[in-house]
Amino acid sequence: MMGSKLIALIVIVLGVVAIAQLVRLYELSSKLRKEGEHETNSRDNRLNARLMLVFMGFLFIGFIYLMLTFGWTGRGEAASIHGRQTDSLLNLNFVIIILVFFLTNALLFTFTYKYIRKPGVKAFYFPHDNKLEMIWTVVPAVVLAIIIILGLRSWNTITDDAVKESINIELFSKQFDWTARYSGDDNTLGKFDYKLTTDNNELALMTTNTIDTAIFQMENGVSGIKALEKKINDKKIILVPEEREKMIVDLERKSRLIRILYQMRGHHDSKIDKYAWDDIIQKDTLILCQNQEYEFNFRAKDVIHSAYFPHFRAQMNTVPGLTTRFKFTPDITTKDMRVKMNDSKFNYVLLCNKICGSAHYKMKMIVVVLNKSEYKTWMDNKKKSSTFKQIYFPVVAPAAPVAEVVADSTVVAAK
Amino acid sequence: MAAVAHEAHGHHDSHGHHEAHGHHEESFVSKYIFTQDHKMIGKQFLLTAVFMGIVAMLLSILFRIQLAWPGESSDFLTFFLGETWAPGGILKEDMYLGLVTIHGTIMVFFLLTGGLSGTFSNLLIPLQIGARDMASGFMNMLSYWFFFISSIIMLVSLFIETGPAMAGWTIYPPLSALPQAIGGSGLGMTLWLVSMTLFVVSSLLGSLNYIVTILNLRTKGMSMTRMPLTIWAFFVTAILGVLSFPVLFSAVLLLMMDRLAGTSFYLSDIIVGGEMLANHGGSPILYQHLFWFLGHPEVYIVLLPALGLSSEIISTNSRKPIFGYRAMIGSILAIGFLSFIVWGHHMFVTGMNPFIGSVFVFTTLLIAIPSAVKVFNYITTLWRGSIVLTPAMMFAVGLVSTFITGGVTGIILADSALDISIHDTYFVVAHFHIVMGMSAVFGMFAGVYHWFPKMYGKMMNKRLGYVHFWITIFGAYGVFFPMHFVGLAGAPRRYYDYSVYNEFNSGTYDMMMDLNVIITVFAIIAALGQLVFLFNFFYSIFRGPVTVQNPWRSNTLEWTTPVEHVHGNWPGELPTVHRWPYDYSKPGAEEDFISQIVPLADGEIEH
Repeated sequence: MMGSKLIALIVIVLGVVAIAQLVRLYELSSKLRKEGEHETNSRDNRLNARLMLVFMGFLFIGFIYLMLTFGWTGRGEAASIHGRQTDSLLNLNFVIIILVFFLTNALLFTFTYKYIRKPGVKAFYFPHDNKLEMIWTVVPAVVLAIIIILGLRSWNTITDDAVKESINIELFSKQFDWTARYSGDDNTLGKFDYKLTTDNNELALMTTNTIDTAIFQMENGVSGIKALEKKINDKKIILVPEEREKMIVDLERKSRLIRILYQMRGHHDSKIDKYAWDDIIQKDTLILCQNQEYEFNFRAKDVIHSAYFPHFRAQMNTVPGLTTRFKFTPDITTKDMRVKMNDSKFNYVLLCNKICGSAHYKMKMIVVVLNKSEYKTWMDNKKKSSTFKQIYFPVVAPAAPVAEVVADSTVVAAK
Repeated sequence: MAAVAHEAHGHHDSHGHHEAHGHHEESFVSKYIFTQDHKMIGKQFLLTAVFMGIVAMLLSILFRIQLAWPGESSDFLTFFLGETWAPGGILKEDMYLGLVTIHGTIMVFFLLTGGLSGTFSNLLIPLQIGARDMASGFMNMLSYWFFFISSIIMLVSLFIETGPAMAGWTIYPPLSALPQAIGGSGLGMTLWLVSMTLFVVSSLLGSLNYIVTILNLRTKGMSMTRMPLTIWAFFVTAILGVLSFPVLFSAVLLLMMDRLAGTSFYLSDIIVGGEMLANHGGSPILYQHLFWFLGHPEVYIVLLPALGLSSEIISTNSRKPIFGYRAMIGSILAIGFLSFIVWGHHMFVTGMNPFIGSVFVFTTLLIAIPSAVKVFNYITTLWRGSIVLTPAMMFAVGLVSTFITGGVTGIILADSALDISIHDTYFVVAHFHIVMGMSAVFGMFAGVYHWFPKMYGKMMNKRLGYVHFWITIFGAYGVFFPMHFVGLAGAPRRYYDYSVYNEFNSGTYDMMMDLNVIITVFAIIAALGQLVFLFNFFYSIFRGPVTVQNPWRSNTLEWTTPVEHVHGNWPGELPTVHRWPYDYSKPGAEEDFISQIVPLADGEIEH
């Protein structure tokens, strides 16, 4: 390896020396021809003018080749209702801009070729022409007006409120995965607050029990307030100053948070618990129903992510501290799409499209679109096994008294 | 202002004062290092920016290797990154993001802002408006040295243990605010923020100086409508800088507070690395608004000087007046104004109110109109010209081509409904690299080839210039053209490895892998092509043939100064201007150019 590096270095040095010699040679020969470096002789001029045309050919043929090989079908046909609309709008805009691209580049390169300096031909003194300038102000303005009107019409439909019959789903993002939460039978997503996050409540849903658990854990957990206080005040434990400092900061933060949690408990209305309990939590794969409109709510736990569904032409950022939304209706099942794409392993996907950390590129969730009856079967199963209530109380029967439940969940937490 | 007035007074009236000061021996330090001479400061900006540009280009080659051949060991990577960042010759995930981030930052700020506006505003403003120097030579010197320190800090951040900033060149919080989220958001991000703060200082000192100089120090007869378009472009660029860079500074300052003082400007309801933060009520979207309020004008801060330089070069080498001089000024002003009310088009999918999104669609697409006017005016300038293809002219023509090609895809991205599905994909990467990166770099090369004789009194080798141009345009289009198709296939940007596509869509995966190899090969070709330029540049500084006074037979004032640089630019009195700068091939004139200092002949009408 050392040897190859040495050889590479020698080649580079010799290359530079060779170019330097060639340049000297060239300079001597131009001196003989009595031609200054600032003068462009007609041979160079004509050669470069011709190369301009050649380059135009390269650009146009390269573009056509790429279009024919890859088209804009790289991600396949749009698989959602609004996606179809935006795709046809995209095609229309593409026709316009491709025409402009060909036309103006052609003019640019052919003029450069055609009006190259020729002996005896003087340039045409043509400083301005109001009529011409008016034309190329007004024509683009009109074309753009059309583009704007069509674009905003689609934009308004896409960003409009979802219909009543739509199903609410929340997509929860964190470094580096996605979790979906279906709103359950009541089609209402339970409330959440990030401070309620515990091991068995990753989505921080708000119920009387989860608030109690969060309070209990923050006070009595492994690195809870009590444990911290004990460690900091214990004279027998010798702490590194930095570590002590860190613990004090941690304690201060937790004392602030616990105060807010107590307030939360005071204000909490247990009537809303039911909205959370029937929510269905789903990891790994997002299952959707064909021709069903979905209203997605997006949340982020740590940094900004972006929920990008390339095949449904949908995207929305997920922002910590803010709930964002997007709606769409998938209208081609995964099965049908596999046939269309001629790929038996094809799957729709939800990707993260906002830089979010080192494994950003791996943050994805497979999306499967089922037809109505398949979806119903799947959903009925889910309702039996994956509601928040079932996940939250894995052992204890749902009817267990509250006090017991809290005690139990803390045992789980202590483990 | 007193100082400015004094300088102006000194320059205009008491010429003898200058003679007395101008010709004493200068020490090495005052001539080459802490110089207050605008020509030397311009060269300092250029050399620093060229160095930074080489670094940023190298970084891009490093991550392009990873993208084309993911998971394959490369000696090249180990050689530059060592075992820490490329163990076994395979790039680390977070260093990939670090490289992408620093590549973007250096290219946008240090090469295209410092290098383009810094170099050519400094060199050309006094020379083309007939001033002895900038309004404040001292501020100008400070501007360069802040830029220099800022560059050094940015480079240093590449070498620290936790790595450089890794949150993308836009450094969106919370990722950039939380060291727990990614390694680079520790010391690396702090250095980034410090470096950018100094950069803002540099930019402000420079811009204020440019504005004051242009407004106050124009020589006799140089009315605003007789200024070359280069100066108009620098003028509007400087105004954009003064109005927008302070907003970046405020964004950076608030981010520093969030990082160091425990405030919650951008942070709310976050759990990161298992730690529940108490911050509540801030908004990461606020940062994006502040950032793009600079970020979008920044695009034009980069682009306008390039367009200004190419206007001058295309007119000179077509031997024709620039077509529609006033329309060109109008479009520069319109672009400058509109650039302040379009920033939201970077944020269509952030959850911003859709109605505000519609407004930004409208304003953004309006920019296409003055841009179209500029393009058609360039093309009409070429029409029936007597074109001389100097290397500078070729780069200027290349710029018009990339401005078109990159500009039209902007129409797609500005349309919010269409942006949804291609936002943050490679389509965007292709768009801004062509319209901003290539155009501005071509403008910069055009400027260097054209004004090299003015900078160094030597000529660059034109044949090497041709070779450089053809490799660059071929290579750069080869890199960025296929990227559109990668983006249309739905490839998000800033992905370390597109092999993930194999898990759900093998057709798209094959396509992306093929295109990524093509792109990387072209990138390597284009990068090697730059060696031709570097050789030509440095060789010509020392060994190039001495230039004649007006090598391109140009009208503007800088070519009336002697080849040897003198303090105060003109050895005698300042020239008086009698006409606009674009009297090329004017009917009735003997030569095909008439310098601005030539009085109007009897009965001659100014354009």
